[in-house]
Amino acid sequence: MSETLSALKGARFAGIAVVTEAGLRGMITVRGDLADTDVKNAVTGVAGVDMPGQREINTVGERGIAWMSPDELLVMVPHGEAEQAVETMNAALTGAHALVVNVSDARAVFDVTGPHAREVLGKLMPVDFSAVGFGPGMIRRSRMAQVPAAVWMTGEDAFRVVCFRSVAQYVFDLLKAAAAEGSEVGLYA
Amino acid sequence: MSTRLAQGGRRIDRRKSVEFRFNGKRLKGYEGDTLASALLANDQMMVGRSFKYHRPRGIVASGAEEPNALFNTGEGATFEPNQRATTTEIFAGLEAKSQNHWPSLEFDIGAVNAKLSRFLPAGFYYKTFMFPRFAWKHLYEPFIRQSAGLGRAPEAEDRDGDTYEHFYGFFDVVVIGGGVAGLQAAKAAGEAGAKVLVMEQTAQWGGRAAVDGGEVDGAPVADYIAATVAALEAMENVTLRRRMMGAGVYDHGYLLAYERLRDHCPDEAGPRHRLWRIRAGRIVTATGAIERPLSFAGNDIPGVMLASAVRDYIVDYGVSPGDRVVVVTNNDDAYRTAIAVKEAGLSVPVIVDARVGGGGALADQARALGIRVETGKGIAKVHGTKRVEGVAICAQAGEGAVLDEVGCDVVAMSGGWSPVVHLWSHCGGKLNWDEAQACFRPDGNRPPTDQDGEGFVLPAGAANGELGLGAGLTDADAAGKRAADETGHKPGRGKAPVAADVDEAALEPVWLMPQGAGAKLRMKAWLDYQNDVKVSDVQLAAREGYESVEHTKRYTTLGMATDQGKLSNINGLAILSDALGQPIPQTGTTTFRPPYTPISMGAIAGEARAEIFQPLRRTPMHDWHEANGAHWEPVGQWRRPYCYPKTGESHAAAVAREVMATRESLGLLDASTLGKLIVKGPDAGRFLDMLYTNMMSTLKPGKCRYGLMCSENGFLIDDGVVARLDDDTFLCHTTTGGAERIHAHMEEWLQTEWWDWKVYVANVTEQYAQIAVVGPNARKVLEKLSEDDLSAEGFPFMAWKDVTLNRIKTRVYRISFSGELSYEISVPASEGRALWNMLLEAGDEYGATPYGTEALHVMRAEKGFIMIGDETDGTVIPQDLGLHWAISKKKEDFLGKRAQERSHMTDPKRWKLVGLETVDGSVIPDGAYAVADGTNANGQRNVQGRVTSTYFSPTLGRGIAMGLVLNGPDRMGEVISFPGTDGKTYDAKIVDPVFYDKDGEKQNV
Repeated sequence: MSETLSALKGARFAGIAVVTEAGLRGMITVRGDLADTDVKNAVTGVAGVDMPGQREINTVGERGIAWMSPDELLVMVPHGEAEQAVETMNAALTGAHALVVNVSDARAVFDVTGPHAREVLGKLMPVDFSAVGFGPGMIRRSRMAQVPAAVWMTGEDAFRVVCFRSVAQYVFDLLKAAAAEGSEVGLYA
Repeated sequence: MSTRLAQGGRRIDRRKSVEFRFNGKRLKGYEGDTLASALLANDQMMVGRSFKYHRPRGIVASGAEEPNALFNTGEGATFEPNQRATTTEIFAGLEAKSQNHWPSLEFDIGAVNAKLSRFLPAGFYYKTFMFPRFAWKHLYEPFIRQSAGLGRAPEAEDRDGDTYEHFYGFFDVVVIGGGVAGLQAAKAAGEAGAKVLVMEQTAQWGGRAAVDGGEVDGAPVADYIAATVAALEAMENVTLRRRMMGAGVYDHGYLLAYERLRDHCPDEAGPRHRLWRIRAGRIVTATGAIERPLSFAGNDIPGVMLASAVRDYIVDYGVSPGDRVVVVTNNDDAYRTAIAVKEAGLSVPVIVDARVGGGGALADQARALGIRVETGKGIAKVHGTKRVEGVAICAQAGEGAVLDEVGCDVVAMSGGWSPVVHLWSHCGGKLNWDEAQACFRPDGNRPPTDQDGEGFVLPAGAANGELGLGAGLTDADAAGKRAADETGHKPGRGKAPVAADVDEAALEPVWLMPQGAGAKLRMKAWLDYQNDVKVSDVQLAAREGYESVEHTKRYTTLGMATDQGKLSNINGLAILSDALGQPIPQTGTTTFRPPYTPISMGAIAGEARAEIFQPLRRTPMHDWHEANGAHWEPVGQWRRPYCYPKTGESHAAAVAREVMATRESLGLLDASTLGKLIVKGPDAGRFLDMLYTNMMSTLKPGKCRYGLMCSENGFLIDDGVVARLDDDTFLCHTTTGGAERIHAHMEEWLQTEWWDWKVYVANVTEQYAQIAVVGPNARKVLEKLSEDDLSAEGFPFMAWKDVTLNRIKTRVYRISFSGELSYEISVPASEGRALWNMLLEAGDEYGATPYGTEALHVMRAEKGFIMIGDETDGTVIPQDLGLHWAISKKKEDFLGKRAQERSHMTDPKRWKLVGLETVDGSVIPDGAYAVADGTNANGQRNVQGRVTSTYFSPTLGRGIAMGLVLNGPDRMGEVISFPGTDGKTYDAKIVDPVFYDKDGEKQNV
């Protein structure tokens, strides 16, 4: 294996929330008929979790499936297994009209954690991050300031943010600014 | 003299003294003071000079409506102009300076304008500065710019030292205004279970109810406020925010709110302002009402104040604006001021009531306190210049003959109250004219409507025209319950709190005092303090034909600038209506636009400044480029190296070095930014045949083909190399700037026109790092790293192949944009840096030279390759560029085909692409036009072509260019002239656009 690098090599910032680049993750875009049994079997077989409903995500450890749109899923596996997972799904989907493509390296992944994490994200994304509005098992594809981003929860007060790799530094800097000391909103915490 | 009273001041903490500076002087106030109350406590009656005539001006109001008391605050990184003293809380170290005077507040040269005031009427600028025309730009405008404006702009080199942020909030019900109406509405909605936000623009809850007094449910109103705030704080579903203003109401329940977090404590860490971007189910506007001034001569002299403000300063801040306060009014409410003054131990020489019938119960109470009340009277004139010295009293019905002179320090005026309807009106709420109260108030039947066609703003309390305490609470309770109900909650049946309203005598509208005031008095009766607009100005505008209130506003400047006419609008349009002989509702109001009061530019920008002003896209090799001295070129949001100058090397020299190294041996290019779109499905070939002008479905797996993409109007929008990965799958390369745009283009056609075609598209641009290995030694380097067959036969031009390079699995496309032997190597982004390092190392023996975008451009121009954005500009079709070979004649259809058959597209006079070779070897300036004989209808020289790309070619040692020229391909060898903007003319010979290696011998080896 050659040396693989995530965009920010695990950068970290601690303010009113802790922001950490989560390193490389295996991510596979699957497009197809989500009601199709072959598609369901292919993705759940690789990810080992149930099919999510609309705007939902199911995860266990580094594996999971996120609903992205009416004909798109994001399948997650450990980074090193992504290519194999693509082949496995492609094999399972032979003859079906579907697209399976490895996008692991097109992404940067951040963890935002702490009691003020909801507020930090609420400064940057037009999403209701109140406990009623957003909870575990939900995923939102939206924007973070000026770039696309998706977000879900990995635990209590713990969020995972996914953006494009090229804007990793921008997103990290945004999160740093939003998590600056003294900037608590006092709404969700 | 204005001064601090020995007692009183419910907003201040007398144990905590605060020192601040005003115009360099050290002054003292107390915690809780506004800058206005603290200045009055220090007898600073005069606070600025007026905009146009530079007249001395004092504090008029106690809240957001203040027109005069605007200051430059802070220094350097904290400097900010036009800060209202009445809404600026003082803090230790506050630095405030008065505005619009020179050399000093007390002695001001500009005051000479006042002497010339009869020569500076409404529309003066428009009338005077029209002729001669040239003088506007060179004489008048610079002069006006110099004298115009209130605060000064921050210094260009200063940077705002504070931080700002946005926050996205979501609530069922948002209540704007934390007075008694807002608190009651929030309580009613909160008790019903709605998620409520209630905001108050000042630092204190309760609005002015505690100053005005009264009882709620048998207890003092202050107790009601405290109890209601406590009840709201105890509700988990209610958020309370102070120092937060409802700034603007927009479509679909979108609301902007402006929270001032650190203005009063700038030394604490954290953002200074936060702009809340809120989605609200219902918005309750409990924004209160603003008192109107009265228009009498000298109503702008420092010491003439709103009656409500006078009692605010006494009750809220323990500040006496003056020992002797004359009250002038057309309504009962101002009697409260007289009573408050008297109760503070100060003197009220007389209450001048314009109504013949005088007042009701409050008037009786004032008389019982021994205050002299004159009914049917008005003020003829205020005496004094820098502060009030006395008033002349006259009959309101007359023309101003003086009946009595009364000495005083303060004139407390009240012309009645105007509900704050701004937020109701922002998104289209309509108003009715209330004859009895002489005010506009919301028409509940014509609210602003949301996406369901339902009204989404509910006015409450005084903002809804319910000015009494009891009536206001009842109205607000109903509004809160309705807002909860309409957002799906069940309001309780509890009754609104009960407050008895004092029986008040009817107000009588007074728009001019005395009603028959002559020209001389009218020229001293101010309507708009901030813009120096007088009664006479509006009347003049009416006489000159300005019938629309919007036109009058612009002509006279009434209601413009930072206060947007909060005090002046109603009085001004009443005067206009009178002059036009029409009722006030027929004149109407000017448009209410957000924000309610000015908000900081920093809050609008939020986090978007400095390094996060815009996203900056970086490739996996970005850090290497930076560390190796790359000079950057922005390409979309990417940064690409333009060239890599060595120490002391010019950019031009670096580009030449990079080109020569590549042509002679080996160059490396970071091509990661190129768009990469996967197109897959049984119909993928058919789909690409429609998108590209040439045939893609016949491409064999393992092969690459260059293609052109046009819009349905026939114009070139993108180009790039398509690789067929397998029977069902294509990889389409786009231009760097085209990736997202072309992806969207594909999705649009798939989703709207060809929804039944089986094709999926995915943008994998960022999945891969891509490196071009270019030059005669390119193959040798790769062969060093790989066992795979890379021979000319085993891996021919326009093929692709999976190749393992020293254990890194790559995909290699043998394509060339330089005319050299060239391989574009693609790896997952996480391995991009490793591959880059490996190629640099392996290429070292061949002098591997990283090259930037400019060398890329030069080399493609030497080969006559077009560049989207250079040779195309949205009006160019492939035929213009001689690209007929890439336009299929076999295909029945493709996007742009029919458009390209239109008569204008087939016009032989369309300019066509040619090469241009300067006669003397110089470089034609970019964008230059080739001139032809004669002139056009505008007297400009005729043109016959233009340059699209122009470079110095290090390979050929001369300037080369491409351009679009009339009949160009038929004029080979002809010399045409390109005048430059540098005074020189560049003569160039029309030649073939391929300057270098016409037969492609170098790339096909």
